[in-house]
Amino acid sequence: MKFAVLEFPGSNCEMDLYNAIKDIIKEEVELVSYKQESLAGFDAALIPGGFSYGDYLRSGAIARFSPIIPALQQFASSGKPVLGICNGFQILTEAGLLPGSLQKNVSAKFICKDETLVVNNNHSLFSSEYQKGQLISLPIAHGDGNYYCDQETLKSLIAHDQIVFKYTNNPNGSVDNIAGIVNQQGNVLGMMPHPERAVEDVLGSSDGKGVFQSIVKHIKSRGVIYE
Amino acid sequence: MALVKVYVNYKQSILNPEAEAVHKALKRLGYADIEDVKLGKYFELTVADGKSQAEMDHEINEICDKLLANYNMENYHYEIEDAEAAQ
Repeated sequence: MKFAVLEFPGSNCEMDLYNAIKDIIKEEVELVSYKQESLAGFDAALIPGGFSYGDYLRSGAIARFSPIIPALQQFASSGKPVLGICNGFQILTEAGLLPGSLQKNVSAKFICKDETLVVNNNHSLFSSEYQKGQLISLPIAHGDGNYYCDQETLKSLIAHDQIVFKYTNNPNGSVDNIAGIVNQQGNVLGMMPHPERAVEDVLGSSDGKGVFQSIVKHIKSRGVIYE
Repeated sequence: MALVKVYVNYKQSILNPEAEAVHKALKRLGYADIEDVKLGKYFELTVADGKSQAEMDHEINEICDKLLANYNMENYHYEIEDAEAAQ
């Protein structure tokens, strides 16, 4: 199977993602420029962290109008897995692929440290390799990671079991301790913590591997999805 | 030409830690009477002639909804001025 890693001007985690897939998960992976207009031939799309367009205006707000985005929206609506990490999560909310938005951390500080997450839902295609309630440690590194949505949206997220990861010690003020959510269809995940920075013990944790292994398992069991 | 001044700010329900930091700094400077600080974004769009008022309203609202403001957490309003007069 083949992963696409999208690259925007100002992305800075694309090589971490690329190497995690190539060296640890041992699947095919290719970098895809924001200028491209097609994701044909890929089984899953990954949107890396960073500061696309310098976070000008709002995080993700300008990247959301890149030439690759219509292809990404089509890719997502065909049911293929899309994972946005950190700035990737911000781009997905700006693009309307996930509800809510990411605001400034309540402390107004950029936070860069390991956080403990609880796996709140292990039947998403991104979390099936974990146990429900399992505690995992992943690094966070963000200034705008405070997930916000209105009460009605939160109720809907809970009712449809869309909250995949929660913080055990909320670092940024996110509503309901949310660290990662999926769309209602379950094939688009956005999360602020960085699983790609926790894929081997030498990095301090290999707890992030499960996210990518879950995607691979899903695709291999489901087979090719045609757009 | 017309000059459009667009003001974007957070909705009342949204915390704004940057504005709070500015507010605290003002208090430290001794301005005890400042009760609240809002900190948002301000844009000036210079628009070519040729559109009716209704067409311009439509376009500016579309620009704000699409890009300048995030309806999830921000509100906006705008004023249209004659650009020459404004200069």
